[in-house]
Amino acid sequence: MTIPEGLRYTREHEWIRVLEEGRGRVGITHHAQDELGDVVFVELPRTGDELGGDDVFGTVESVKAVSDLYSPVSGRVTEVNESLEEQPELVNDDPYGEGWMIQVELSDPAELDGLMSAQEYASYVSEESGH
Amino acid sequence: MNRTSPVYNLNEPLIFEQSSPGKAAYSLPPLDVEDTPVEEILEPGLIRQEIRGFPEVSEVEIIRHYTRMSTWNYHIDLGMYPLGSCTMKYNPRLNERTARMPRIAMVHPMQEAALSQGNLKLIHRLQECLQELTGLDAVTLQPAAGSQGEMVGILMVRAHHEAQQRQRRYVLIPDSAHGTNPASAAIAGYQVVSIPSDSSGRIDIRVLRERMNQDVACLMLTNPNTLGIFESRIEEISRIVHDQGGLIYMDGANFNALMGYARPGDMGIDVLHLNLHKTFSTPHGGGGPGCGAVACRDLLAPYLPSPVIERDGSGYRANPDRPHSVGPVHAFHGNFGMMVRALTYILTCGGSGLKQITETAVLNANYIRARLQEYFHLPYPTPSMHEAVFSDKTLEPFGVKTLDVAKQLIDEGFHPPTIYFPLIVRGAMMIEPTESESKAELDAFVDAMIRIYHRAREDADAAHEAPRLAKRTRLDETRAARRPVLRWTPEEEA
Repeated sequence: MTIPEGLRYTREHEWIRVLEEGRGRVGITHHAQDELGDVVFVELPRTGDELGGDDVFGTVESVKAVSDLYSPVSGRVTEVNESLEEQPELVNDDPYGEGWMIQVELSDPAELDGLMSAQEYASYVSEESGH
Repeated sequence: MNRTSPVYNLNEPLIFEQSSPGKAAYSLPPLDVEDTPVEEILEPGLIRQEIRGFPEVSEVEIIRHYTRMSTWNYHIDLGMYPLGSCTMKYNPRLNERTARMPRIAMVHPMQEAALSQGNLKLIHRLQECLQELTGLDAVTLQPAAGSQGEMVGILMVRAHHEAQQRQRRYVLIPDSAHGTNPASAAIAGYQVVSIPSDSSGRIDIRVLRERMNQDVACLMLTNPNTLGIFESRIEEISRIVHDQGGLIYMDGANFNALMGYARPGDMGIDVLHLNLHKTFSTPHGGGGPGCGAVACRDLLAPYLPSPVIERDGSGYRANPDRPHSVGPVHAFHGNFGMMVRALTYILTCGGSGLKQITETAVLNANYIRARLQEYFHLPYPTPSMHEAVFSDKTLEPFGVKTLDVAKQLIDEGFHPPTIYFPLIVRGAMMIEPTESESKAELDAFVDAMIRIYHRAREDADAAHEAPRLAKRTRLDETRAARRPVLRWTPEEEA
């Protein structure tokens, strides 16, 4: 299971990568896409939407289920990954790269401290799946 | 067209592909009035010059086309259909006989009440039967499906709070509820708050207490829930919700587990829907028509969709004077044919028969559970009601998943169970045999499941390749969802 260092993780299996100037890029983890199975549709917010921490920012649909996507932080959506409209499979193929979902302008960078580190997320996942 | 044999054909061309110009399935007598060209009646813009690819076939071709395809169907008249939560029980032939009696079937809904007393009495009688079975005060039979019944119920909850001059914002829904519940609450304008299940598979009462407040319009509870588990602390749950002025909606899709034994009205339920096409043996599958009857307490009765059939001194009539009603949700009375079938079923079985049905449905589910638990993982140890939920955990070491089990059941001659639902069980298999199956049929199903378990250990590749005997082998579900082809296009355009 891939859990890159340097990202912050949520209990709902989203990751956020901090970019320059208080921006963050958000997607779902390798573990999340593995559990979902083949992703067939991703519904994303509009650029400019305001999100609160823990707000649902979209949905991801796989052959097995439809799941909500939760925002790791509060902030304004500055960009969405439009490639996912035509190629939802990017979420499976490259969840931490090409399969990113939204970019947000963080309203409170301190919120990042409340999220999990790679190590914490790894033990959270193994605990959750009861291994 | 590449058909190999007219009867056991491997493939059936689409009706469009069987078309020959000029063929028709009708022949009309010569006109005995003057022919009026359509151009004289309609504006040119309204006349379609050509319908591309419109199939032109003879009557015998149509009949054969659909009859051939009907032989590919799997249906309840062919074998067991253990689709959890769907209650795919046998549809007795007597239901069909009554529903098709011309004096019942040929009555027009606009015929005046005085001339359709028989049919109105029949609707009224069914309303009364459902009131008695649920322990509630009033019933509408108008909604055409369970999901529509849910919407009606929640709109009634909304109307109730509106009448108290204080609208509320939230609906609480356990994570073991039916998947349509959150959608119904959202359509009615509420925000959904999820309540987790505890380790027994029941609603977590501690969390319910925390999240219940005076902004909560209602709790939407499926009982028994989608794990097939009865919410045994329902009276306590009811007190928690009612103490804060909230209401309780019960999704009664699983009423087959309670009928004749427990009445939702006694549990503190304020409003619920029943699926006549599940519990009361009317046909279902293929999208209906169904009947999602809604029953409620007197408190909510003014909001029921109109019309409701009432009885007064002069007979039965649809009372149009319902100023607080949420309004009609279907043309006329709803799917009347389903009401005839459901009432036939209730009267044929009688009270003791309905109790026996409940007993057998629960017994059958527990028999499957007892025989299969050695092989398949049971995520919750709590006793089952009318269905049992397993997971694919014991197959995981062999790389075989729930989907592979479902596909192999097709080769074994059974319809697969509901899979990957409820969402709270990873790799869920939700099995509901209903009361229709004999012990011999249950054993045949269990034996097939055990064979599938052993095959997973011995030959995982075979599991991944199933189904091999079906008309269509393993479908590429991902591609179908990512690149859906939703309509037929003539070859020259494709």
